[in-house]
Amino acid sequence: MLRTDQLHIDWPLMVGLLTLSFISLFVLYSAGGEDLGMVFRQVLRIIMAFAVMIAVAQVAPSSLMRWSPYLFIGGMILLLAVWGVGVIGKGAQRWLNLGLFQFQPAEIMKLAVPMTLAWLFTKHPLPPDLKVLGLAALLLGFPIILVLKQPDLGTALMIAASGLVVIFLAGMRWRLIGLLTLAAAAIAPLIWSHLHAYQQKRITTLFDPWADPLGSGYHTIQSTIAVGSGGIFGKGWLNGSQSQLEFIPERSTDFIFAVFSEEFGLIGVSILLAVYVFVVVRGIYIAYCAKDTYARLLAGGFALTFFFYIFVNIGMVSGVLPIVGVPLPLISYGGTSMVTLMAAFGILMSIHTHRKLLSH
Amino acid sequence: MNSTRKIQVYYPGRFWIMVLFLLGCFFAIALRTYYLQVVRSDYLQRQADARHLRVVKVTALRGMILDRNGDPLAISTPVDSVWAVPSEFKGGRDRWPALARLLDLDPGSLGSLYRRHAKREFMYIKRQVPPALAQRVLALNVPGVALRREYKRYYPAGAMTGHVVGFTDVDDRGQEGLEYAFDDYLSGQNGEKLVIKDGHRKIIEDVKSIQPTLDGQTLVLSLDTRLQYLASRALSSAVAAHGAQAGSLVILDSRTGELLAMVNAPDFNPNNRAKLKSDHFRNRAVTDVFEPGSTIKPFTIATALESRKFGPDSRIDTSPGWLQVGRHKIHDARNYGLLTVSRVVVKSSNVGASKIALQLTPKSLWSMLRGLGAGRATGIGLPGEASGALAPYQSWRPVKQATIAYGYGLSMTALQLARAYTSLANGGVVLPVSLKPHQGFVNGRRVMSVVTSREVNRMLELAVGEQGTGIAAHIPQYRAAGKTGTVHKITKSGYAKNRYMSIFAGFAPASHPRLVAVVMIDEPTLGGYFGGQVAAPVFAQVMTDALRLLNVAPDAVGVNSNSFVNMSSPRHALGEVDHG
Repeated sequence: MLRTDQLHIDWPLMVGLLTLSFISLFVLYSAGGEDLGMVFRQVLRIIMAFAVMIAVAQVAPSSLMRWSPYLFIGGMILLLAVWGVGVIGKGAQRWLNLGLFQFQPAEIMKLAVPMTLAWLFTKHPLPPDLKVLGLAALLLGFPIILVLKQPDLGTALMIAASGLVVIFLAGMRWRLIGLLTLAAAAIAPLIWSHLHAYQQKRITTLFDPWADPLGSGYHTIQSTIAVGSGGIFGKGWLNGSQSQLEFIPERSTDFIFAVFSEEFGLIGVSILLAVYVFVVVRGIYIAYCAKDTYARLLAGGFALTFFFYIFVNIGMVSGVLPIVGVPLPLISYGGTSMVTLMAAFGILMSIHTHRKLLSH
Repeated sequence: MNSTRKIQVYYPGRFWIMVLFLLGCFFAIALRTYYLQVVRSDYLQRQADARHLRVVKVTALRGMILDRNGDPLAISTPVDSVWAVPSEFKGGRDRWPALARLLDLDPGSLGSLYRRHAKREFMYIKRQVPPALAQRVLALNVPGVALRREYKRYYPAGAMTGHVVGFTDVDDRGQEGLEYAFDDYLSGQNGEKLVIKDGHRKIIEDVKSIQPTLDGQTLVLSLDTRLQYLASRALSSAVAAHGAQAGSLVILDSRTGELLAMVNAPDFNPNNRAKLKSDHFRNRAVTDVFEPGSTIKPFTIATALESRKFGPDSRIDTSPGWLQVGRHKIHDARNYGLLTVSRVVVKSSNVGASKIALQLTPKSLWSMLRGLGAGRATGIGLPGEASGALAPYQSWRPVKQATIAYGYGLSMTALQLARAYTSLANGGVVLPVSLKPHQGFVNGRRVMSVVTSREVNRMLELAVGEQGTGIAAHIPQYRAAGKTGTVHKITKSGYAKNRYMSIFAGFAPASHPRLVAVVMIDEPTLGGYFGGQVAAPVFAQVMTDALRLLNVAPDAVGVNSNSFVNMSSPRHALGEVDHG
């Protein structure tokens, strides 16, 4: 007889994730124009993602650590393959068609980069010296450049965030952080000039979306209006005029938060944020309880990256951050990013449950 | 243990900084949503409404135009116009070829259409396509493409009624004919309603009506499409057969003055006007005037009979076939010698008519013609109607008085001439003409006594008889009455020597007149040019069919129609050109 703790499931996290999935199906039904087929496909994805999570949770953190560099190398090869296909095909390329299904290698890097960095820091004394930090910068920089080339600003940002969080938690010196911040400020204009015109426009529009209400400001204005017009109680499920009348772009993927807040109002948003906070706090608690550097760095990194997702998405939908293609974690329609996320939660569960087994 | 030693170099401070940062961010998000959803909520709600709630125009259905039997002459059918929002439209480039194929457009044209409207918010892709096709366009789901309901005017009778009914433009405004004249009556009033539109500007739901839509009213005409068809067929073939420039044919109900048919050649098909010259749009029967020539003679005679100076059998000497009035010489086709007043009409003697007129007062002749409506538009309601000209009698010199007697020096439209003939067909009472079916009593104006009208009718019957110039107007089984006319066309340099207008005006059946018809053929070049050769056969053809169609009782049953010798026989005196 298999006991549930032998399944390596962290039940508080599980409950939080299930709640989010449940909310997702409700919002999707409304955002997708009451398309049950869409909801059904999302159910399949959720089942698959939870299966992946539980499978990953069975792997002990020590094994994960050993596999980290190989996962990274594998991910890099796939990224280069995508880049190569893109060069040959003379166009943007994010997907690798593996015959049976399409696959986005950049998603692997969301896991592989923090894992490899945590592995690197574990192998060296902390705080990391400049040599290790330089190595970390390379491990972080290469995949980001390749993903930016695709071009996929949203994913690149997420990878960068997940890596930087791990580096920060590993105890990088404050002096160095200050120095790098200054340097970043110095080269920011250079980066700006290398951004694609559409990316530049997204950022400038953010500061004044009404300057171009029918062009690049359109998405921001429509979604801000949707969020605001929800008011305290919302317009009710399936009743959001901005959402149902298709004023909101990408309303079942990146902009699903606009649909949610228009229909469920401030109360709904508060509940959703509370569930998110619960999940993030539980992740941080897992990191806090972790018994070794690798586990703690990784758990902290994942928990904070997850939060970063939420923050960037809601920020962009409510008009305070530029529009980058970041889905609302576990709510937005879409498969790949959900599987990656749930794999990360699998690692969190693994870290927490294996610790218990070790301590006994 | 190994793991606990590694934990010692871990920085808990970093951890708490991250947690604090995180909580700060959550707070910021919560603050932002609170700001939007509570502080700015009303404003943003209005913004949302402003995006969904739109006032849109509801196109009123244009009224039908029907003939007297309820057959449709103009009907509006719903069509859809395909339009697009250019900024969204460009996103569906991959579907443009399919759209172009469906709408039968050149594949490249959508690209250039987009480029021309790139900065706009609206562009038509194709107007007025059938609703079924429009639904297939919609099913293509091309971004930014939507439909607008419009009405397309369709004219079932086509070219037959083109001139009278006219047509509307693509925006459904009347441009010609009755569509133009009765535009307000037909077009009704567009309404306005408040609707919910989605992000693709499609109407999702009607909220309420702001201004009700008043559909246009139905216009019922006195026209009879069947007669219109007969008239159109006969006129067109005559114009073609005689190589003529143009022609007009008007049929009135002689009891009521109702317009039963009005056709012109050349005509046009109002359903397809792509390659037409505006010249074809002219409704010549009301817009073009001509000198009526000998067709006026019956009224000269009527004035003479009314004066009591002449009776039907009074004798007029027309020798030697011409008459000098001042410097002007009036000719007959040949010397008819001594004629009775009646024979002056039958032979269409200009000399005779002039001699009679010169013995009448100018005022009496003028009053007769004026009373018949010369120089006065009929006011029937068709656009562009000409009133013709009749100079005041005070200014008449003898030569004018003499030429007016046989139809020169005054001008009228075919419709005016037909109106004048209602007096002969109606016991001396001229009737107002009307486009709409009559109800009740028609208030006409008496211009001659019943006795006079009967006497003139008798002469007009003889004029289409064996001896007359209008023998070709003979109708089997019916007694017809009428008068031919052949006039020289007026050009810039005076009367043209060999360009003519052939006219016939008459009515039938003579015993109980029912239909008055005027046929005018402009510049026949083949197969003769006399009114008796060109216009009279058209009258006969149309009347023969029309009287039967209307079930009018024949009044010449038993009269052997063969007693009239071969109608086209050249030995009959058709010649009666009224040399000005």
